Amino acid sequence: MLLSLFMTFFKIGAFTFGGGYAMIPIIQREIVENKKLIKDEEFLDAIALAQASPGPVAVNTSIYVGYRINGFLGAIACTLGTVLPSFITILVVAIYFYRFRSLAVIDKIFAGIRPAIVALILAAVYKMWTKTKRTWAILGASLAAVIAVMFLGISPIWVVTSGAVLSVVYHRFFAAPQKEREH
Amino acid sequence: MGALIDLFVSFFKIGAFSFGGGYAMLPMIQEEVIEVHRWITMAEYIDILAIAEMTPGPIAINSATFLGYKVAGIAGSAVATLGVILPSFIVMSFIFHFIFRFKSSPYVDWILKGIRSVVLGLIAVAAFNVAISTFVDIQSVLIAIVLFYLVAFRNFNPIYAIILAGVMGVVLF
Repeated sequence: MLLSLFMTFFKIGAFTFGGGYAMIPIIQREIVENKKLIKDEEFLDAIALAQASPGPVAVNTSIYVGYRINGFLGAIACTLGTVLPSFITILVVAIYFYRFRSLAVIDKIFAGIRPAIVALILAAVYKMWTKTKRTWAILGASLAAVIAVMFLGISPIWVVTSGAVLSVVYHRFFAAPQKEREH
Repeated sequence: MGALIDLFVSFFKIGAFSFGGGYAMLPMIQEEVIEVHRWITMAEYIDILAIAEMTPGPIAINSATFLGYKVAGIAGSAVATLGVILPSFIVMSFIFHFIFRFKSSPYVDWILKGIRSVVLGLIAVAAFNVAISTFVDIQSVLIAIVLFYLVAFRNFNPIYAIILAGVMGVVLF
């Protein structure tokens, strides 16, 4: 189990080009859809908490998903898997190509991969959106988050925190207290 | 030994105080390695960013490994990389145990419902930010449209999609 987690995250780490968000579509495919180790909602929790915490989002997400699947050892296996491809590649580059010279063909490959990352992330958002329970409240909250971060320059930490606080206030004081009525 | 401790402390600070991941971590890295410690020059730093763009993995990890190697060899790169990951590990461990411990409390359920409702918006913003700097010509928009269609509607594997995008880059540019 640990070895298979490590291998899966090694694969994820090896194809995470262009920042942590590039791993979202790959984790969604491998861990949520294929292996069904966690649910869509749990993966969303992992991403949100990873964004609200310090450090690289890709590493934070792997740690949370690892804990969720296989506790502390799972977290270690996933973190090592995510980090090692990057560590090994950079070490090789640092040792052998100290003054990095880019080749024309590599430039072209990356000119193709960069826009693909955008498409992959949006495809993951689309898939998760079709699978989650859609309500006007959630649509409104997502749009508010887009406006806050993109146009008002508010940090994602505050958006995640306000989402949590508003939801607690709403459920505590405004939503119908169903559980009490049932008893 | 002194250099190893400096590396560890610097990258621990970078890991602990930069929020938002990715490019949001750059100002913090820049301050520590160029302004405070003068380990590299601005030109070398830009080289590192180019390498980070072209190699897999989070940019903070790439910078830590490269800088660590340059300052103190392989031991340096291991120490710097460990330093940048450790704060994540500590914070995420606390969060996970907190959520697990109070799982039955309605408050945890409400908090998670609240953050779930904003996170898709946040991911979309991240995609738009990348789009602004990458959709520079008609080919890149074309590649994005084709791959979005394949992955979202035809259930194409994202890893094959990245490889296909590289091939399309060579053909189209």
